[in-house]
Amino acid sequence: MSVKDVFVVTDNIFSPLGKTTAENFTQLKNNISGVKQHDDKALSPTPFFASLFDKDEIFIDTTNHTRHAEFISAPHRTDSQHDDHLADGVLKQVQHDIQLSYTKFEQLLIASITDALQNTGINSKDKKTILIISSTKGNISLLETEANSEALQKRVAMSTSAKLVAAHFGFQNQPLIISNACISGVMAIITGMRLLRAGQYENAVICGADVISKFIVSGFQSFQALSDTMCKPFDKARTGLNLGEGAATVVLSTNKQFEGNIKVKGGAVSNDANHISGPSRTGEELAYAIKQAIKDADIATSDIDFISAHGTATVYNDEMEANAIGLAGLQTAPLNSLKGYYGHTLGAAGLIESVVSIQSLKEDLIISTPGFKELGVTSPVNVCVSPMHINADNFLKTASGFGGCNAAVVIGK
Amino acid sequence: MDNLSKLGWLAAEILLKEGFKEYNYQPEEVGVVLANSNSSLDNDLKYADTIKEFPSPAVFVYTLPNIVIGEICIRHKFKGEHAFFIQDNFDAEFIKQQVNYLLENDNLQACICGWVEVLEQNYKAVLFLVEKKKTEKSLLFSAENMDNVFNKD
Repeated sequence: MSVKDVFVVTDNIFSPLGKTTAENFTQLKNNISGVKQHDDKALSPTPFFASLFDKDEIFIDTTNHTRHAEFISAPHRTDSQHDDHLADGVLKQVQHDIQLSYTKFEQLLIASITDALQNTGINSKDKKTILIISSTKGNISLLETEANSEALQKRVAMSTSAKLVAAHFGFQNQPLIISNACISGVMAIITGMRLLRAGQYENAVICGADVISKFIVSGFQSFQALSDTMCKPFDKARTGLNLGEGAATVVLSTNKQFEGNIKVKGGAVSNDANHISGPSRTGEELAYAIKQAIKDADIATSDIDFISAHGTATVYNDEMEANAIGLAGLQTAPLNSLKGYYGHTLGAAGLIESVVSIQSLKEDLIISTPGFKELGVTSPVNVCVSPMHINADNFLKTASGFGGCNAAVVIGK
Repeated sequence: MDNLSKLGWLAAEILLKEGFKEYNYQPEEVGVVLANSNSSLDNDLKYADTIKEFPSPAVFVYTLPNIVIGEICIRHKFKGEHAFFIQDNFDAEFIKQQVNYLLENDNLQACICGWVEVLEQNYKAVLFLVEKKKTEKSLLFSAENMDNVFNKD
């Protein structure tokens, strides 16, 4: 079977480190981290380390709000059943019951997609284009400030956010939403690749975002999963993760005009079938996903030039991930974890880290792993301690999360 | 286990009770593709209540919709491809396309798919077992057949 090539048209990272991929990559090259200590009682009773936007940061300008209001008062007329549905019910309910403006989560999605789509020639209004959104918790912070009601439940639903974002850009197809814990971002790329391969669409705009709220901070604290300092991926002294917020977008296409661009070559997902909140003891299942992704990409293991690891800096994740990388025969491949720059950005992580690595392919420069000093995993891995100039053709991006989920994707020239 | 996981877990028990031969498959050959419209909101509301007093890790872990997939995978030792999608309404055509891709490309040999939704007093689970071999009881795996089952009272 001949598999269609899926090209990366463009991308964006919208994070506390910068509003474009270029801004972000410059910060990483200068070894600037977004992670710092925050003392914000609205998020946590005790100070904690995270990569967060400034409280007064503006993500999209007010003209966007105007367009949004126009949409609600005068929805598009279209023939599709989905769009008819989109026009009635939920949006009106939202308008009447809660608030008119976009939430921070929706603003992040819109800001990231807006930048990504600039000057690409990809038309969001084209029937051949699909919007894919990945997030773990979307608008969950509303539960902290609003009383439970049917209107609140509709406002929190990710399909409401997806419709608002789709309407903002005029996407014609019903947006696809993936919420699969911390592999959501990688899974969104894999899902987009498969939809394009199958010929169902020509272009996929894939955007992931998560916002850090008290809901999330308290949960990770209750799990004792947060580090009380900057996180230390794969290090002997690692004690936990830092959280982070942000968004990232990848635009994929099978259109031959993008031939020569970097490609999403293959991907796979697996489940540990072991424990809900603890990773596999062996790493066999992530190793299986890695091997399947490499097979799907139709390349050899030795063709992987570097690995963008999940590397959350929890004791168990990094141990499992190193085992898996060893089992997959990739222990000598240079590897980084970007969690020391961005924190764990949850549903955005797979996208943010893939976009950084795509930039690494373009600039032949692998970003280092802040926080790492001395290897602290049983199965050795080759952690990048400083930026590394290499001629790289392909990288592997891995992710694992609650529910025993693992994902791996191969992206290359 | 939260209510969403309990519902999905139980529905899978009933679905697989008769006629499913786990020994026909390697763990990696069986997958789970599920969707719902309210994610884990039923449990999220409960977790949000615990924050006021003492945040509960046992409740927090179920604040993700894909945990029900994890529970089904643990119970039946399924280690294959899986995904959780959020949809306004059950989109049988989309689920069919996703599952067909995984079966046709040999990512999977069998797949559990469908809808598992819980929010406060309302719940609904409709699961399908999709295998490549036709059996006496089996229906053709189509969006129409799934919709017919889904819309039955």
